Amino acid sequence: MTLLQVISLSKDFAGLHALESVSFSAERGKILGIIGPNGAGKTTLFNIISGIYLPTAGEILFQGKKILRMKAHRISHLGIGRTFQIVRPLNNLDVETNVLVAYGHRIYPSLWKSVRACRQREALQEVRGIMERTGLKAYSGTLAGNLPLGFKKRLEIARALALQPKLLLLDEPSGGLRYEESFQLMELIRMLRDQGIGILLIEHNMQVVMDLCERIVVLDHGIKIAEGVPEEIRSNPQVIEAYLGRETQHA
Amino acid sequence: MSGYVVTILITIAIYAILAHSLNIITGHAGQISLGHAAFFGIGAYTAALFYTKAGLSFWIDVPLAALVAGVVGAVLGIPCLRVRDDFLAITTMGIGFVVEAVFLYIPFFGGAMGIGGIDLPMWAGREMTKSEYLILILVVLGTLYALDYILGRSWIGLAWSSIREDEQAASALGVDIVRFKVMAFILGSALAGLAGAFYAHFLTFIMPYNFGFGQSIMILCMVVFGGIGTRWGPIVGALLLGLLPEISRPIMEYRTLLYGLLLVAMMRFQPSGLLGADSFLVVYFTKGLNRIRGGEVKA
Repeated sequence: MTLLQVISLSKDFAGLHALESVSFSAERGKILGIIGPNGAGKTTLFNIISGIYLPTAGEILFQGKKILRMKAHRISHLGIGRTFQIVRPLNNLDVETNVLVAYGHRIYPSLWKSVRACRQREALQEVRGIMERTGLKAYSGTLAGNLPLGFKKRLEIARALALQPKLLLLDEPSGGLRYEESFQLMELIRMLRDQGIGILLIEHNMQVVMDLCERIVVLDHGIKIAEGVPEEIRSNPQVIEAYLGRETQHA
Repeated sequence: MSGYVVTILITIAIYAILAHSLNIITGHAGQISLGHAAFFGIGAYTAALFYTKAGLSFWIDVPLAALVAGVVGAVLGIPCLRVRDDFLAITTMGIGFVVEAVFLYIPFFGGAMGIGGIDLPMWAGREMTKSEYLILILVVLGTLYALDYILGRSWIGLAWSSIREDEQAASALGVDIVRFKVMAFILGSALAGLAGAFYAHFLTFIMPYNFGFGQSIMILCMVVFGGIGTRWGPIVGALLLGLLPEISRPIMEYRTLLYGLLLVAMMRFQPSGLLGADSFLVVYFTKGLNRIRGGEVKA
C-alpha cells in the first residue's frame, strides 16, 4: 500500500538547485533507503516532507492527501514522525518528558484537555512502553542533554514513535555510532518495519543500507540518478560514479 | 504595621504579580520580552480611564484592565511570532516604546501629566485601608500561584517547556508553537495588566514615565535575579529589587550604581538566578536537606 508519494519535487536555495524534480513513493511496512553523497539533497527532502521548508515546485501526497502547505505540527499529527540528523533533544527535560511532549500531540488541539495534568497514568504507560521498546527505560529520569549520543539517537526515534506514526523519516540514525550501537539500532528499525510502519532511511553506511532496505533511491546534486533493489543499485555505474568519481580518461 | 512598611509591601506584591506575568512569557515559554512594562501600563491606563472617566468601580475596572491588556497582548504578540531571540528582544522593545509614546503624546491619555484621582477601592461602604489593600493583592497573588501550579503540571506547561527548549524540534513533535506562544503572550499580558490596575489604584496617579523602557528592564531583572522559569523566583526577585531602594536610601546617589553592579555580579556568578538549578542557595539548601534526612550528600 502506498503511504507517501513524492511527485516532481524541486527546491532552490537562492539559485542552488537542492532538489530537481525528484519523484518516488514509499509503502507501509517497507524501508526505503535514500542515499547519495554529501550535499545530494537528502536532508532537504526530509525537511520538505516534514513541513519545515516549502518546495519551489512539486507535490507530496500522504495517504492520498496533499500535505504540502501544512505546518510541521499538522504533518506530525497526520502520522509522519521524523528524527533529526543532528540530534535535537529537549536538553533540560528528562527522557520521559521528551517522549511525553510527543505523546501530547493528540491532546494539544483541545484547549480543555490541555489544561489537565499531563502525567496521567494512561500517558505515562504508553510513554514507558515506548522507552522500553527503544531501550531507554534505564534513562527515563536522565536529562536528555546528558545522554550519550547513541541514546540521543534512540530518543529521537522514541519521540517520533510517540506520534503513532504511519511513516518514519530517519535521518542518519546510525551516524556517529559504534558498531554494536548501530547494530542494535538496526534491529529496532527492522522491528518497527515489521509492525507495519513505513520507513524512509537516510544512511551513509552502505552495509546498513544494503542489509536493511527493500528499495533504494539515489540522489546526486538534487537529482534522482537511480532507484531499485539493493543489487541493482550496487552495480549501477551511475551510482558508482557519483560516489567514487569519474574514471579519468587516459589519452 | 506602620504605613511605611505596608506601602513597601504593596509595591513588592504588585511587582511580584508583574514579575510572575513576565515569567510566564520569558520563563515558561522562553520568549524574551524587553517591553513588558507596556502591558503593565495598558492595565494601569485602562483601569484609570474606566475609573475616572467612565465612573466604573474598582471591582469592574480591574478585570477590564486585565482583559484589555490580554487582548492587546494577543494583537501585539502577532509580530513576535515570527521572530526569535535577539530579533524578538528588539521587537518587544519597539512595542514598549510605541505604547509609552501613545500614552505620552495622545491627549486622551493625559500626556506627560498623566491621570490622577484614582482612589483605593471602596469596601463595605468605606475606602479600603492600605493594609486591607495589601491583603487583597496577596490573595490575588496566591490565586495566580495556584493557577501557575496547575498550568505547570498541564499539557500547556509541557508544550511551553518544549518551545523554550527547541522550537523546531517541538513542532516536529506535534506542538503547535504559534498557538502556545499566543497563549503565553495573552496570559502574561493580561496578568501584567492586572498588576497595572492594582498599581494605578495604589499610586492614585500615573504617568507614562512609570511604564517606560527602564521599567521593562526592571521587571526582567526581577525575573532573572529570582531565577528565570522557576516558580518562586519572581517573588524573590520582586522582594530583592523592591527592598533594595529602601535599604539603599542612605546612599541614594549611588543607587543606580548598586543596581548595575548587582546585575553584573549576578550574571557573572549566578546566571540561573537565586532559585535557579545551580544557584548557591539551592545547592546549599539541597545539601542541608540531604544531611538532615541522613542521605548521601552529593559531591
